[in-house]
Order: sequence, then structure tokens, then C-alpha cells
Amino acid sequence: MFSLGLTGLLVRRNLIFVLMSLEVMLNAAGLAFIAAGSRWHQPDGQVMFLFILTMAAAEVAVGLALVLQVYHRFKSLDVDMLSGMRG
Amino acid sequence: MELTFCIAGGVAVLSTALMLTRLNLVHSLLYLVVSLLGVGVVFFVLGAPFAAALEAIVYAGAIMVLFLFVVMMLNIGSQSAEEEKRWLTPGIWTGPAILASLLLIEVAYLAGTGSFGSTTGSIGPKAVGMALFGPYVIGVELASMLLLAGLVGAYHLGFRTPEKPEIRHDADTDERRTDTSGDLVLAGADRPARTP
Repeated sequence: MFSLGLTGLLVRRNLIFVLMSLEVMLNAAGLAFIAAGSRWHQPDGQVMFLFILTMAAAEVAVGLALVLQVYHRFKSLDVDMLSGMRG
Repeated sequence: MELTFCIAGGVAVLSTALMLTRLNLVHSLLYLVVSLLGVGVVFFVLGAPFAAALEAIVYAGAIMVLFLFVVMMLNIGSQSAEEEKRWLTPGIWTGPAILASLLLIEVAYLAGTGSFGSTTGSIGPKAVGMALFGPYVIGVELASMLLLAGLVGAYHLGFRTPEKPEIRHDADTDERRTDTSGDLVLAGADRPARTP
């Protein structure tokens, strides 16, 4: 699943798809934590999943605000258009 | 037990792959919701019901609503009403509906037999809470600070800066002011819009 998210991040050229792929990758990391925690029967895995959850929420909020600003400024969501980033 | 785990994981991976190959944003959002729910069922099978509930509520609920809100705000791919009419044809939502009903059947089976986490033993919310506020208190504080920073940052970035015509007056030349026949509010309106 992590590799799927990474592939999506590399292939798609839409900012919202990039954010969704980031979600998938964070989710895969959380899944690995949960699986390890249940394998050794420790609650630490779920604690780490909670931290990943809060980080994903903050990241998505900031990222979507950035997407809105970029769309208002460039009228496009193409990542390649933003490569020349001059003030 | 193994079968339920494999079904949920397969649904999650399949819907993620379908998400990446959709062209329409809303369709791929639907598949992403199904993928997150599948991961939640995997958590449930692995014996982490608290994490499964949080996954369903926070990820599939809140974050996806945020995504959907932004997609609707940007108004991409929904130019007119017939497009929306075309969305309601059954060919589009059958894929996510089938996968989601598979997950629902599986959750109903698990709740009926009460056999979740039977291989490794389930870790309830109580143990998670004890660990979270025991040795991980500093992590909780850091997470709260991160959320505060995210809130302030999102508010700051989402705030659209208003145009300030009174500042532009200073840069105007006299001939432009005479062009607008003394209307100070409209001074500078004949300029082309500021392009990045």
C-alpha cells in the first residue's frame, strides 16, 4: 500500500491526487504500526497510530488551504506549472 | 480469521489501485473512502477496535469531508447539471458500493461471532489510554501543539487577502487620475489585473 501511494505521488500531476496519495502512505505507515503492536501485544502501536492520525489531520488542513491559494492564483492544479516558483 | 483479514486487505489495496486510476476526482474520493474503511476493518480484525473506530471517524469522516469540500469549492469537472445527471448513473457507484458492502458483511460477521483479535488478543481502549497518558504524555502535548499550528496555518493560508485600492493610489500617476474623472475609488481600475 505504501508503494501504491508512492506511485500515485509520482505519477499523478494533480495536487489533490498528490494529497490523497500522501494520505494513503500515512495510512500504510499506521497500518504497519498497528500490525506490529498487535503482533507483540503492546498498546504502543496504537499510540503511534494516534500520533500519525493527528499529524495527517494537520497536514491535510494546511495542504488543502495551500491548494485553494494555488488554485486562486494560478487557476490550475497542475504541479508542473508551479515548478518555476518566483514571487 | 485469516480469511477475513485477507478479504479486508484485498478490498483496501484494490480500492486504492482503483483510486489512482480514476480520472474524475469525486470517483477517486469514493474509492479512497472505501480504502480507508477497508484499513479500518483490518485494524478491527487485528484486534485494535479503538484504532478502527478512530480510522472510520477521523479519516473516512472528517478528512474526506474536507477533501470533498475543497473539490466542490474548486468546482472541477462539474460544469453543468447534465454532468451531475451523468454522475447518478449506476455504472459509477456500483464499484465502491460492492466493495463497501463486502466490508459491511464482514463487519457484521465479525460482530456476530465476536471473534475479532482472537489470534493475537485485542487491545482495548483502556490499555491505549493508559499508555498514551503514561509514558507518552510529552507526545500528546507535542501533538496538541502541532494541531494548533496546523489550525493557525490553515486559517492564515485560507484567508484571502483583500485588495487595497488606497495603497495603489500612491503608485498612480496624475494622468491616470484624470482618466477616472476624479473617482478615487476607481483609480487603478484601468490597469490590467495583477498577474503572478
